[in-house]
Amino acid sequence: MFEVLDYPFMQRALLAALLIGAAAPAVGIYLVQRRQALMGDGIGHVALTGVALGFLFNTSPVWMAVAVSAVGAVAMELLRSSGLARGDIALAMLFYGGMAGGVMIINLAPGGSTANLTSYLWGSVTTVSPADITAILWLSAFVLLISLGLRRQLFAVCQDEEFARVTGLPVRALNLLLAVTAAATVTVAMRVVGLLLVSALMVIPVVAAQQATRGFAMTLAAAIGFGVLVSLSGTVTSYYADVPPGATIVLIALSLFALASLLALPLARRRARRALPAQAPAPAPEPAARP
Amino acid sequence: MEPVISLTGVTAELGGRPVLRGVDLTVRPGEVVALLGANGSGKSTAVRATVGQVPVSGGELRMFGTAVHRFRDWRRLGYVPQRSTATGGVPATLREVVSAGRLARRGLRPLGRADRAAVDRALDLVGLADRAGDSVDALSGGQHQRVLIARALAGEPELLVLDEPLAGVDLASQAILADTLRAQLDRGATVLLVLHELGPLRQLIDRAVVLAHGRVERVVERPGDVGDGVAPLPEESACHPPPANGPRPGGWEVPPGRGPHDPLGRAVGPTLQTGIL
Repeated sequence: MFEVLDYPFMQRALLAALLIGAAAPAVGIYLVQRRQALMGDGIGHVALTGVALGFLFNTSPVWMAVAVSAVGAVAMELLRSSGLARGDIALAMLFYGGMAGGVMIINLAPGGSTANLTSYLWGSVTTVSPADITAILWLSAFVLLISLGLRRQLFAVCQDEEFARVTGLPVRALNLLLAVTAAATVTVAMRVVGLLLVSALMVIPVVAAQQATRGFAMTLAAAIGFGVLVSLSGTVTSYYADVPPGATIVLIALSLFALASLLALPLARRRARRALPAQAPAPAPEPAARP
Repeated sequence: MEPVISLTGVTAELGGRPVLRGVDLTVRPGEVVALLGANGSGKSTAVRATVGQVPVSGGELRMFGTAVHRFRDWRRLGYVPQRSTATGGVPATLREVVSAGRLARRGLRPLGRADRAAVDRALDLVGLADRAGDSVDALSGGQHQRVLIARALAGEPELLVLDEPLAGVDLASQAILADTLRAQLDRGATVLLVLHELGPLRQLIDRAVVLAHGRVERVVERPGDVGDGVAPLPEESACHPPPANGPRPGGWEVPPGRGPHDPLGRAVGPTLQTGIL
């Protein structure tokens, strides 16, 4: 039954899926909290330019993608916090620039063509090399260390930035750290689900988890559990059914989200009923004529 | 004694528009000072400048004797921003939100047992200890405001700065807020708060400072002693009564269905404004 584990390439694939399934929602939860669910997509498009630069300079595409997408994520954060550009417009520019830059540069690379980008666009977890595994291991360890170790601080910054600044937290540094962490996550996940579907693994497990949870720590734990579940089961399914792993993982995640929302419906109704007496506004001090 | 907060001729701009045009204000230890004024009078900007969130373009602003841009001792301050700023796309429990108030003391270090005890005490102070594990999304406006005050109290600050703590708060929560503030005063805290009207906090306030167009218009000592009667202060005719027709420039915001009040909460018309205290 575990013949899937007999092949070294599948051992690597499952290890990569496990690490990414845990790391992606751990960062994604902060982006969802700050209502920047699409930021992962923006970074993914920029990472494409990094991959192409890796081909052009004949260096590791993964580490080049880490560097370029970190620069892109920091630029996006600086634009957001300075208020120079609206968040969605900064994001749109990054989408177009990253995509066009990637296609242009890969065609400048000797012998390069857009075909080289395909495995990064759609992911190919079953072709992960031992060198890739080392990179994935380091990057996901960094991502989990930041997103779990600083969870109270990052929670405070994403929940209420002004309050966080007044508590004396280094808010700008934490925001930049979060941006770099998100960039690292995207480049880790691109080998598994592909750059175009990266954000799905950062967002869907979080949204599925919060259908049933009341608190942040609970949502974080459940999202990591869901992330690991969908990425492992998607990789195994893709092996047996001979279907693309990235798309399988995302479709399983979406099914999980649908199931969670369906199961949470009665729960939500019960909570709404219970909250109703508390929600009812107390009568405002109405003007009343004095006798 | 050294003032906790002192503003001397403070000016500030928002988007190139002058909002504070030379504000003088002193808050001494143990005092409760209320900032009142119409929308756009600069009262919120004044407190946000005090907590370092709006840059001061002129004059001098000191916190505990230190120029505000050099002030780093944030654990001495508990800040309650306007309620609209605290929203997130992920559920959070009351305990999680209130725990953020301990970060002024812990910084980047993890929270310990003493921090959890302080969070429990703060939730208890605002009467929400039994709902510590609930999601903040399930709270009413008044309960949510109490959570934000608990978050500020969790750090056990010497100075509380509250921006419109009574906005959108039902009467029951207003009474709890007044009790909470009184308990803080009893332990020696200093309070600066922005209000639309004094309401149930009237008796607690040492000084009411009325701002208009970015300047201090007038100062009323112990507004609670002035009484609740219809007899206006002599200077009151300067801004009241309102003209019968047309919007008043810089006029007080009077919620529909409520009688006209001046900002100190004295009923101008025949209205019931005795409140809870």
